[in-house]
Amino acid sequence: MIKVENVSKSFGGIHAVEDCSLEVATGSVTGLIGPNGAGKSTLFNIIAGLLPPDSGKILLDGEDVTGWPAHRLFHKGLARTFQIAQEFSRMTVIENLMAVPSGQSGENLFKAWFAWGKVVAEERALRERAREVLAQLRLTHLEREYAGNLSGGQKKLLELGRTMMIRPKVVLLDELGAGVNRTLLGEIAGEIERLNREHGYTFFVIEHDMDLIARLCQPVIVMAEGRVLTQGSMAEIRRNEAVIEAYLGARHHKQVGGADA
Amino acid sequence: MTLLGFSSYLIALGTMSGIYALLCLGLNLQWGFAGLFNAGIAAFFAIGAYVAAILASADSAVHLGGFGLPVALAWPVAMAAAGALAWVIGRICLTLQGDYLAMASIGIAEVLRIIIKNEEWLTGGTRGIAAIPRPFETLLPAPWNNLAFLGLIVVLVAIVYLAAERAWASPWGRSLRAIRDSDVAAAAIGKNVAQFRLEAFVLGAMVMALAGALSAHYFKFLGTTAIEPLMVTFLVWVMLIVGGSGNNRGAILGAMLIWLIWSATELLTNRLPAEWITRSSYIRVLLIGLLLQVVLQKFGKGLLPEKPPRLVGERRETR
Repeated sequence: MIKVENVSKSFGGIHAVEDCSLEVATGSVTGLIGPNGAGKSTLFNIIAGLLPPDSGKILLDGEDVTGWPAHRLFHKGLARTFQIAQEFSRMTVIENLMAVPSGQSGENLFKAWFAWGKVVAEERALRERAREVLAQLRLTHLEREYAGNLSGGQKKLLELGRTMMIRPKVVLLDELGAGVNRTLLGEIAGEIERLNREHGYTFFVIEHDMDLIARLCQPVIVMAEGRVLTQGSMAEIRRNEAVIEAYLGARHHKQVGGADA
Repeated sequence: MTLLGFSSYLIALGTMSGIYALLCLGLNLQWGFAGLFNAGIAAFFAIGAYVAAILASADSAVHLGGFGLPVALAWPVAMAAAGALAWVIGRICLTLQGDYLAMASIGIAEVLRIIIKNEEWLTGGTRGIAAIPRPFETLLPAPWNNLAFLGLIVVLVAIVYLAAERAWASPWGRSLRAIRDSDVAAAAIGKNVAQFRLEAFVLGAMVMALAGALSAHYFKFLGTTAIEPLMVTFLVWVMLIVGGSGNNRGAILGAMLIWLIWSATELLTNRLPAEWITRSSYIRVLLIGLLLQVVLQKFGKGLLPEKPPRLVGERRETR
């Protein structure tokens, strides 16, 4: 689904991503882990069209999409959440969701002025869909709340909800678990598994919560210092000496699962 | 003051409030909807005023034209000219960070003001454009012609207000608010950020140009003093912030209120002793600035704060 070929990106003298190649298989939930500063979020931003790579290629569903702007990638079926939640703070929770689907006729101002009936019909359908998503995320009671007033965890959920408003081919989840309580996180993991199994969404997940990674992701890719270190099942990763070293330095030979990286 | 004098005063007050209401509605499209910091409102106002004046006034030796065209033609052309300028500026500046638009728009407004001042063959320079026809002035006797012109302005404000309200409630307005709150997230849900911003910027500029055209025809004379940034940019920003940005009614309320206060202070300052009258111009600005501070301390989001639109077709549901 996503293919990253020899991608590099530097900021000044810092090589954030260096000659990085990886593949996210269609229908998989692929994890991306690595210590802070490994280049995970930079790679995500390159894939999502927020940053142009210095060199290398990004393929999405077989098409070369290197350098495409984010909004075009969305139309091609790529949705994402952000590491630091990017809610539309002065819009209500339900508006945050209803903003998502592309090609709404009311986004054309002339249709909003002169074909209002059509816009109203679309809005009704959109609202129903948004309420379903809110129910799945246990956010129904916050429908009319400003998104800016939500807690950190709720904002993360809202971002996941945005991706659920459409039928994306692939969803990039950037530290979805940060700030979400354990019980809810378990439910969300269930939701991700269901979307993956029933609707065939591909997920590419950056996460520091190793339990969540272990539950959801197969395979797991490990990045360190801008490069791919290794990839495999979580069980394999936990045993990998190079990974343990990258996370903890050479002195501590402790399981990755026990580290709060 | 006689009754006739007082009603003339009220008509004048209403006319100017209406012109400022249009400017505020235009700025609200740019700032309230889209978060675009336009610090050069005067530029679009000036384009509207000068294009309308040149097209509609009678032939003159001191400036280009006039072409004696009817206002029904001159005003739309004036709006289109401002829209075209906004499109060019927008194409260059809107993909940049917000602050750059503010700087670029100030710069362009100043350049335009200097051009207008110096290109006498085009604009009459400091001598300006005289004898711009005011609609209804030959059709009706005073004060009815002035009242009819006020009526026309009220109708135009109402049309722009209703169109802006519909835009606010529509997915177009929602997309703009999303872009305003987080442009990266809006792009990530497929919104063409540059395109939406450009639409809001051009539309707002066209409304500002309409205000400029109306102002030129109202005063019947257009010189460089009419496009001072103090009167056209600063005052409009104060109006929108006091009234409540992101709220079309707030924009109109702010325009009426601040214009009322502004013109009332003129009545007061005229009664000051002679040595103070010369100072009145900056005292008024200072007072308006103070008023802005007071309002912002008490009403952080303006007198009528932004509200999300009622969900479309939601009325019958009981929530």
